[in-house]
Amino acid sequence: MDSAPFVPTIRSVGLNGLLVTFDERATDAANRAAIAFRSAVDAQGWPEIGESSSTLVSAFFRVDLSEYQFEPLRARLAEVLTTQDWGAAPLPVGRTLWTIPAVFGGTRAPQLAEAAEAAGLTVAQAEADLTSARLRVLTLGFAPGQPYLGTLGEAWNIPRQVGLSPNIPAGALVAAVRQICLFTKDTPTGWRHVGQSAFACFRPQSDVPFPLSPGDEVRFTAVTEQELARIEAHNADGSGGALREVLK
Amino acid sequence: MNALIVIQAGPTMALQDLGRPGYLAAGLTRGGAADVRAVHEGAALLKQDPHLAVIEMAGTGGVFEAQADIRIALTGAVMVAHVDGTALAWNASHAVPKGAKLTIGPARSGTYGYLHVGGGFATEPLLGSRATHLSCGLGALLAKGDVLPIGVDKGGDVGLTLTPDARLSGGTVRIVPSMQTEDFDPNIRARFESTAFRRDPRANRQGVRMDSDGDGFSNPKALSIVSEVIVPGDIQITGDGTPFVLMAECQTTGGYPRIGTVLPCDLPRVAQAPAGTGLQFQFVTIEDGAAIQSRANAELRKLPGTVTPLVRDPETLKDLLSYQLVGGVISATESPLDEG
Repeated sequence: MDSAPFVPTIRSVGLNGLLVTFDERATDAANRAAIAFRSAVDAQGWPEIGESSSTLVSAFFRVDLSEYQFEPLRARLAEVLTTQDWGAAPLPVGRTLWTIPAVFGGTRAPQLAEAAEAAGLTVAQAEADLTSARLRVLTLGFAPGQPYLGTLGEAWNIPRQVGLSPNIPAGALVAAVRQICLFTKDTPTGWRHVGQSAFACFRPQSDVPFPLSPGDEVRFTAVTEQELARIEAHNADGSGGALREVLK
Repeated sequence: MNALIVIQAGPTMALQDLGRPGYLAAGLTRGGAADVRAVHEGAALLKQDPHLAVIEMAGTGGVFEAQADIRIALTGAVMVAHVDGTALAWNASHAVPKGAKLTIGPARSGTYGYLHVGGGFATEPLLGSRATHLSCGLGALLAKGDVLPIGVDKGGDVGLTLTPDARLSGGTVRIVPSMQTEDFDPNIRARFESTAFRRDPRANRQGVRMDSDGDGFSNPKALSIVSEVIVPGDIQITGDGTPFVLMAECQTTGGYPRIGTVLPCDLPRVAQAPAGTGLQFQFVTIEDGAAIQSRANAELRKLPGTVTPLVRDPETLKDLLSYQLVGGVISATESPLDEG
């Protein structure tokens, strides 16, 4: 496609803040830009900003626009936008690399074969893709702490199934549109259930209630159903057997 | 520590406060009371901090008993309330002695009623707040047998009242343009503004569905968008063209386009409108919206100064505490407190 490059937009979101959007399609570069831009603005510590977040393609800054005028803030964000090519900006330092054990296929993740077929892959190829990919937490949302992970190869640009699966369990890895979502809680979904982990994305009683942050990286290692059962039997802290290391 | 015992619980009663800001990046919305104004009114009546936790009662209340003397205030949707059989005025503060039965019945107008206690409810905060956020598994609905700890009450007068901002019976709700407003055809936006909506019975703390006669409001240009930030008050248009106003417990992101965003100060009007009530949306510019909201914020800060003693009319001495409710009955129309 030779369409003109998308020029980032800055829009108001009700009276609740400003949204800086890096593409109208969910591209990997736009997601990197959103994460890097949010981090850079946060580092400047503007007193007007109550908190910030990032979505698939945008950085959001919560500002009470009844107290602070939109236009001057828009101009200042536009100024920051011009300081570098945000799609090429390095991701923030101090992010975490997670290694999360999961079962692929079988009774615990019964739609792996179906997803592989939709992706034009064998089951073995599909599992190899899912366990070799180094995925990034694109954003957290829909449920607290719940990551959308990307970006899988083009083959995985599989649509959501037409009907909803009534109840896919917490800890499930579900696939669609080149992404994996790791469910915080039991959820009806049109995404396909390709893996099952014991990783708790939201730990309200813990000192670290939200283990994952946008920009973190995740890889999955395949375990057997017996190994997962063993992890689940000793999982009071919700860590699900995951390992973490700080990315340099 | 003093406590309030729940002897009977309506189906949808939960502790709320002003919510849990600071977790948007983690996918957790602020949540908190559906009618924030009512929380401030109760705090003004008891002359205490509006951040203290209250009981939010949807549709109907329950029966309560205090382990020691307490002060209470009642705000939001007007419900029938008694202490040991004596009627209590709504939008007022009262003393409830130790062991007395406080009974709060169905809403006479509005949807969400609030029970405030002097000192606030002192349950253990979770992520910095006592607000119940059911869809995220934080807290639970109140049930028979619950014992709710009450914080230290600095004390103060009771028998005080204030005139609530009218918001219980629908009416005009002001909205500002939001991020996808311009993706909607001008004629769809104009039709949206001129449509007489009714609050659908399908409504909860996450969202309120709007009914209308005639065509929906979907716009082909706005159909395929990347999931984007949601804020409370956003009006999303689902695939079949139906508007939903997103409320305190909405998700942090969503893939349906937003035609506009309700001003925070007008959101209680949407929350409180009972099923079937008429609502209409009116666009204001972001500048005008900011000015309106700023005035509303200033009004909230001045609420404590608007509190006055309940009028005591010797003719109705035996119903002393229920003076305002009696007034409503005599007028043979809706309670004067509910005028939109």
